[in-house]
Amino acid sequence: MNFLRKKAISILVLILSILGMIYGCSRGELSVVLGKAVTVCLECIGLG
Amino acid sequence: MNNLKISRIKRKLIQIAAFGFSNIHASNLASAKIYIGKWKYFCNPGLNCYSCPAATLSCPIGALQAVNGSMKFGFSFYIVGFLLAVGVLFGRLICGFICPFGLVQELIGKIPLPKFHLPKWMTYIKYGVLLWFVLLWPWIIKSQNLFGIGDPTFCKYICPAGLLLGGVPLLVGDSNLHQVIGPIFSIKLVILITVLIGCMIVIRFFCKVLCPLGAIYGLLNKISFYQLHVDKTICTGCGICAHACPMDVKPAVTENSAECIRCGECAHACPHQAIHLGFFKDSKK
Repeated sequence: MNFLRKKAISILVLILSILGMIYGCSRGELSVVLGKAVTVCLECIGLG
Repeated sequence: MNNLKISRIKRKLIQIAAFGFSNIHASNLASAKIYIGKWKYFCNPGLNCYSCPAATLSCPIGALQAVNGSMKFGFSFYIVGFLLAVGVLFGRLICGFICPFGLVQELIGKIPLPKFHLPKWMTYIKYGVLLWFVLLWPWIIKSQNLFGIGDPTFCKYICPAGLLLGGVPLLVGDSNLHQVIGPIFSIKLVILITVLIGCMIVIRFFCKVLCPLGAIYGLLNKISFYQLHVDKTICTGCGICAHACPMDVKPAVTENSAECIRCGECAHACPHQAIHLGFFKDSKK
């Protein structure tokens, strides 16, 4: 109980972050991440 | 072999393993092609450019700018959630043990040159980098763009890891890319050289001054589950821990400083064994 009280903010942030990840995945953010990551981003590496 | 040496070797092995997994497609370096498999759906907790031919995972900072700057989404719940989850679980333990660019900096730091300490104000620059280059500037560009597309300004103008681990290997492997070298390349080359020289004379110069990922994890260091705990009943305030710290933290004064990368040097340096690192350490008393 003492641990839960001390770590209430951390637990809350962890729960919100997991919900955020699930929501982000469900609305298709993963495809944007993959799309960017599987093509050479010239401007990202300083060439563009 | 004493405990300090064993601990240092363990940490280095974990760093090498993390670097190895993050860059397992090293065979792509010869062909200058990047890995295009499904692992890139996931982000690396550390800084590792996804345009590096060897990279297995996506860069969280690059992915954050990509999703925030995409036509379809204005805010990435997936990446922000990922960064918060990693940060609240581990804090800057990621910087000390997992980050591939952290290992690169430590290896550069092995070059036998005099090492200097930075003034405290310089460590706040990375929060400005996070705010301006990762969040605000891409958003401003997106809001003014006809198609509503942002620009990855941190990657484009700052990130030395992108040029070192992505740009240079691709330039070496594919001569066609020489034609697309533009003025931004010069800016990034100057930043890369500055960071490399900085890492030779200041331990983890990039982590201390410029890393936006370190800034995010640093902000979560205070509430992370992985903590550093100083037993005040044993601590004599001798300051040996502060002297041992590569990040210029005073562990006995600020236990969970945003600069602490949980490397454990202070815990091993303490002659009274007053410093402990681990999960839920602050709940013991």
